[in-house]
Amino acid sequence: MEWETVIGLEIHAQLATQSKIFSGSATAYGAPANAQANLVDLAYPGVLPVLNAEAVRMAVKFGLAINARVMRRSIFARKNYFYPDLPKGYQISQYELPIVCGGAVDIVLDDGTVKRIDVTRAHLEEDAGKSLHEGIAGLTGVDLNRAGTPLIEIVSEPEMRSAREAIAYMKKIHTLVRYLEICDGNMQEGSFRCDANVSVRARGAEKLGTRAEIKNLNSFRFVEKAINYEVARQIELLEGGGQVVQETRLYDADRAETRSMRSKEEANDYRYFPDPDLLPVEIDQLYIDTVCASLPELPDQKAQRLRQDFALSAYDAGVLTSSAELADYFETVLEKAASIPDIVISPKLAANTIMGELAGLLNRDGIEISGSRVAPAALTKLLARVADGTISGKMAKDVLEAMWEEGTDADAIIEARGWRQITDDSAIAAAIDAVMAANPSQLAQYRSGKDKLFGFFVGQAMKATQGKANPARLNELLKKKLSG
Amino acid sequence: MSAPHDMSVAELSAALQARQLSSVEVTRAFLERVTRHQADLNAFISITAEAALVEAAQADARLRAKDAGPLTGVPIAHKDIFCTRGEKTTCGSRMLANFVSPYDATVVERLRAAGVVMLGKTNMDEFAMGSSNETSFFGPVKNPWDVARVPGGSSGGSAAAVAARLTPAATATDTGGSIRQPAALCGVTGLKPTYGRVSRFGMVAFASSLDQGGLITRSAEDAALLLGAMAGFDERDSTSVELPVPDYNGVLGQPIKGLKIGVLKEFFDKGLDPEIEQHIRAALDLLRSQGAVIKDVSLPNLPLSVPTYYVVAPAECSSNLARFDGVRYGHRCDNPRDLLDLYQRSRGEGFGAEVKRRIMTGTYVLSAGYYDAFYLKAQRVRQLISNDFERAFHEVDVVIGPTTPTTAFELGAKTSDPVTMYLNDIYTIGANLAGLPAISLPCGLSHGLPTAMQIIGPHFGEERLLNVAHRYQLESDWHRRVPPGFA
Repeated sequence: MEWETVIGLEIHAQLATQSKIFSGSATAYGAPANAQANLVDLAYPGVLPVLNAEAVRMAVKFGLAINARVMRRSIFARKNYFYPDLPKGYQISQYELPIVCGGAVDIVLDDGTVKRIDVTRAHLEEDAGKSLHEGIAGLTGVDLNRAGTPLIEIVSEPEMRSAREAIAYMKKIHTLVRYLEICDGNMQEGSFRCDANVSVRARGAEKLGTRAEIKNLNSFRFVEKAINYEVARQIELLEGGGQVVQETRLYDADRAETRSMRSKEEANDYRYFPDPDLLPVEIDQLYIDTVCASLPELPDQKAQRLRQDFALSAYDAGVLTSSAELADYFETVLEKAASIPDIVISPKLAANTIMGELAGLLNRDGIEISGSRVAPAALTKLLARVADGTISGKMAKDVLEAMWEEGTDADAIIEARGWRQITDDSAIAAAIDAVMAANPSQLAQYRSGKDKLFGFFVGQAMKATQGKANPARLNELLKKKLSG
Repeated sequence: MSAPHDMSVAELSAALQARQLSSVEVTRAFLERVTRHQADLNAFISITAEAALVEAAQADARLRAKDAGPLTGVPIAHKDIFCTRGEKTTCGSRMLANFVSPYDATVVERLRAAGVVMLGKTNMDEFAMGSSNETSFFGPVKNPWDVARVPGGSSGGSAAAVAARLTPAATATDTGGSIRQPAALCGVTGLKPTYGRVSRFGMVAFASSLDQGGLITRSAEDAALLLGAMAGFDERDSTSVELPVPDYNGVLGQPIKGLKIGVLKEFFDKGLDPEIEQHIRAALDLLRSQGAVIKDVSLPNLPLSVPTYYVVAPAECSSNLARFDGVRYGHRCDNPRDLLDLYQRSRGEGFGAEVKRRIMTGTYVLSAGYYDAFYLKAQRVRQLISNDFERAFHEVDVVIGPTTPTTAFELGAKTSDPVTMYLNDIYTIGANLAGLPAISLPCGLSHGLPTAMQIIGPHFGEERLLNVAHRYQLESDWHRRVPPGFA
């Protein structure tokens, strides 16, 4: 039987507010345990929650960015269960009336087609604290620094059909929340994580299969691995005549497998009811308009503009707009380029260098684009040297690396190392002649029809010029000379 | 001049301002009475004598320096549900028997800022759940009018202490009648303000949508003086209302000519002690003689108050009391085996029977499959009751009825049957469900026990309530009666 995978994601994005959603405690990551837990976070007798207006504004921003309905009235509810990291014995969340309903984002599939993924809802809630099991012999500690940190939970429709699609969707949301500056997107610190609801069904079937919910996935790689593992597990189970049980599963990254955490029967009855300590959140059109006016250019809009203005491919535009900082970098490089007279730097060259060589260096050193050791203006100067023929594209890679390491500018490096490209035809011709003379048998073979040897001669001639020959000139001259 | 314990807040205030008495003298006098009657009445859980005398000395310094407000140096007691920094706040429970709050409730903070001196923390039903003060972990409070009888609850300690002249006034809280019912049974004045008028911050929560802080005093005049200092918006309580606080005292004494008083038909149904009815009718006659217009009003959904309340209040309490888990503060069982054992034994040992009963009831009515049938339905009925009141206040300015169906009953008389106990609040719960202000005033004595009437007003109608009550108290002396042996 052919199986179809059905995936829905619940993404938890920590909102980048200065203070917690219902208390004045700071939300900074990495403070000593319980240093950022005040009496409200500790749920002392008599304390009350007060809603942080900034969290509401951020949720509204998100709703507007995905073309959702921002609800004029939403309600906070209590989700009741006992756990040591949940000091009140309930989590304040939104249940029946969330702040954001509907909306959608578009993702680009591997074949280049665009697929729309619908968002069911997005609601505000508070995060729980953390239990600490290490360093306290035989005891469990509780750190409530994270308790009360604002989250927006973004629930998708079960519209993804593969782990790849799920990743594309998650990345899209990740990009969006960072554009909106409502979440720092730091997955290692848990600021952006998701639960994946995974089921399989016979292809063509209408009814959804029984799903398993995989909890707390905090990297794109884990999401992909966990989903693929889970899909394979469910298919194997079904093909072996078994049944999938509805349950919550945990992904074990060390063993790369999902494990049952609790079954539906063991699930808590959360006894949701409206929180009487908080008023309904009322939002009017003026507020929505104000937030709407504050929205930045969004990734899709930006990508569209880059395609139009710079004739970039959908793929390139997509990569360059995956973060606002990267797109800014690209645009700054081209802005600087426009002010250099008589030299035209093609957007494609800039895009390729940024997405290729520069991205390679950033990745290697684990640096974000905003911290790049080569500033946009410096990259523009380098690209200008490629555009004016001073160096080849291949040499540019070495120059860039030297710029990265030494912090000097392209011209100084080209000058100091003599990495100037040889464009003088006579010098290139002399090198070609020498190579042909030194390789008579290859020359004979080539002339008898073994075209593949062309590459051999290119390589030898390049070597003879220490890689400095202008590749286009070299190609042209070599072709002419080889054919006799 | 009379002895300090015979004086009202208003009289004490005048004497302190005139420096006829010092706050230390007054405080000593009340502390002496508090201590003397602790054994027979058990009205207090903590007596904070040392801190009180320090505060009194500070108040005297301010009075000497003419840097004092009208309440500076006046002693009061706080119900032990209000968090008080550095002092125990037990909420009448074993769970919090040793809990020392690191902060002051807004009510405490505001009254402190106004210069009042705290004598101690009054006894109460555990977590304010009870109508007789018999659910307190610290033992029942006795009614000063007859120590074999209950003082009412849950603010029984506050009511008994004011009635016995152990304190000029006390704070209290009212979720279903917990201010008015004990005030009625002890022959004192009890004011429950409009929901949202007084901040709930620092008041240990029982049922958040119903809880409201208020006062037990000897007179409406005293209540007006203290309410002004307690009330007002608090940014730490989202349900407190951003409305200016009127000068409650300034409006007292206005004539009530033409005031339309509604007599609540449903409150004079069967079950009401005929002598209480008689006393209320007499009070109505008195008000009529002052120019008030009396007419009957009907609130058809009001009889559903008790069942509605006993769904909503337990539901909220089941969630509010989840924080008492033995993890961060409060009672923790010895040597827990694991997490579940920690929860079960800490809560099992820390809570008394009535609290457990309500947590169980509340958990049940919120459970999947029962939510619609109980919680949601109760919320709908609550709305109907609110609408009834709203309609009534289109016709009349205030409504009047009894506070309780009977006078104080004997200790132990109703402990075996929770429903009979719950029916004690049949006349008081409506105001909580609708969030309305209400006041209970003594209006007679029946076989040596106080009887009371209740006046309910529209939202934020405290001025009107206090004015009517004050007018009645100017023309009657029931609120001046002192239980025998406590003069």
